[in-house]
Amino acid sequence: MCTRKMYHLTMAMAVGSMLFWPQAGWSMDAADAPETVEINSLSKSYGGVHFDHAMHTGIASCEQCHHHTTGAEVTNSNCIRCHAKTGEEDSVSCKDCHSSDRFSKKDLLKLEDPKLYHIDKPGLKAAYHLNCVGCHQKAGGPTGCQDCHTITEAGEKMFQTGKFAPAPTAGSGHGGHSSH
Amino acid sequence: MKTTVSRRNFIKGGLAGTVAVTALKESSSQAATFEGYPDGMGVLVDLTRCVGCRSCEAACNQEQKLPPPEKPFDDFSVFDEMMHGQKRRTDETHYTVVNRYDVPGLEHPLFRKIQCNHCQEPACLTSCFVNAYTKTPEGAVIYNPNVCVGCRTCMIACPFYIPTFKYSSAFNPRIMKCIFCYDTRLKDGKPPACVEACPQEALTFGKRNDLIKIGRQRMVETPGKYEDHIYGEHEVGGTAWMYLSSVPFDKVGLDTHLPKEPILNFVKDFLGIVPMVLTIWPALFAGFHLLATRKDWLKNKNDDAHEEE
Ligand code: SF4
Ligand code: SF4
Ligand code: SF4
Repeated sequence: MCTRKMYHLTMAMAVGSMLFWPQAGWSMDAADAPETVEINSLSKSYGGVHFDHAMHTGIASCEQCHHHTTGAEVTNSNCIRCHAKTGEEDSVSCKDCHSSDRFSKKDLLKLEDPKLYHIDKPGLKAAYHLNCVGCHQKAGGPTGCQDCHTITEAGEKMFQTGKFAPAPTAGSGHGGHSSH
Repeated sequence: MKTTVSRRNFIKGGLAGTVAVTALKESSSQAATFEGYPDGMGVLVDLTRCVGCRSCEAACNQEQKLPPPEKPFDDFSVFDEMMHGQKRRTDETHYTVVNRYDVPGLEHPLFRKIQCNHCQEPACLTSCFVNAYTKTPEGAVIYNPNVCVGCRTCMIACPFYIPTFKYSSAFNPRIMKCIFCYDTRLKDGKPPACVEACPQEALTFGKRNDLIKIGRQRMVETPGKYEDHIYGEHEVGGTAWMYLSSVPFDKVGLDTHLPKEPILNFVKDFLGIVPMVLTIWPALFAGFHLLATRKDWLKNKNDDAHEEE
């Protein structure tokens, strides 16, 4: 109930803020965001994640995941040196900045620019996992692979688990004596 | 028998010895200036990021077509396995293993992936008297199993205990270790399979020189998070795979007493004794070979005798 009320309140505030500052077109609020997000552009060994965005807006602020984007003023003193108003703060989606092909020849070549500051920007897969797992470790959220993903057939094959599990070897100790 | 170990073979052995000594001398004089290929690639392993998911192990097994593991790669009981009081090690069926380290005072355990570190001046290479090893300009330390005689010198020389052997038969030893996915990936500029599989980018692939900059930047941007040292930047003359850690490196099983100089220099000192070994080994192997082919040899000898007659 309470969260629902909060939701309406935020919604109202969001609408309100839009009325008051219509020029801030890039500005976004948690309530403008979709309730769930399918994060699956990379899925291979594991299926994508049904990310409950609405739930997470209740426990984390936007910039904890989206850095400086989505409406909040850039405040990080390190970022603001360049990014007070350079446009990057308009993008919301992780993949707008984080490459899905981080170690390709092409991407590695970009690092050769001697003026480049962001020489260590994680690729998309790492951006997701470092963000999620990092917080989950601190906040006691789930951290196991299959807590968030379902493993695919390709995944079972690579991990040699499930129907691709190795046959139990004779005399390999415990395991085969569960019931009598 | 002693005389039948034959002048021919003895001379052959002696020649092999001389060749090996010459080769070693050459590479040791080069060592003064050689500090690795400038554009060599590497991997920066950040232990603060590794979550011990073993994806890298699974990917390596698949990429290198290694035999099936005893337990699935999503079985984490392997972290409790001990062999002779030691954590898991790489071997001929596991080019890489991840181990868990419970560090006192840390809330979470740390995990470290082990594989060949692809040294800039590899001791395995310099110690090998049949030149089975090559350091490629891309940074990989690869080997030619066909010339390997199974003497295990590289096993003893490697400061990280990496090379292991597969004995499919006593006369066909085959050295086995991580090859940085050279054949299938690195030579085409692609990242190794383990790097690609890692969800956390605990493994960062790039030019070794860039990786050092990246490591430094991580230290600067997160003060206090890391030990102020990139393990492998200087150890044993530098390695292509390097490590960042939040705890002293010996707490995660890395040898912190390794010299900064390449092991080669020590091998060089050691060489005072080696030439004798070098002349003995080939003779010994020639002897083995002779035993194995004695029948043919006897036949030839008889033929020779007939010819002489
Ligand atoms: S880690 Fe060992 S096997 Fe690998 S290159 Fe260095 S000396 Fe050779
Ligand atoms: S670089 Fe290739 S061979 Fe070496 S551990 Fe990674 S996947 Fe295995
Ligand atoms: S895949 Fe990455 S995070 Fe997982 S165990 Fe290997 S190095 Fe660690």
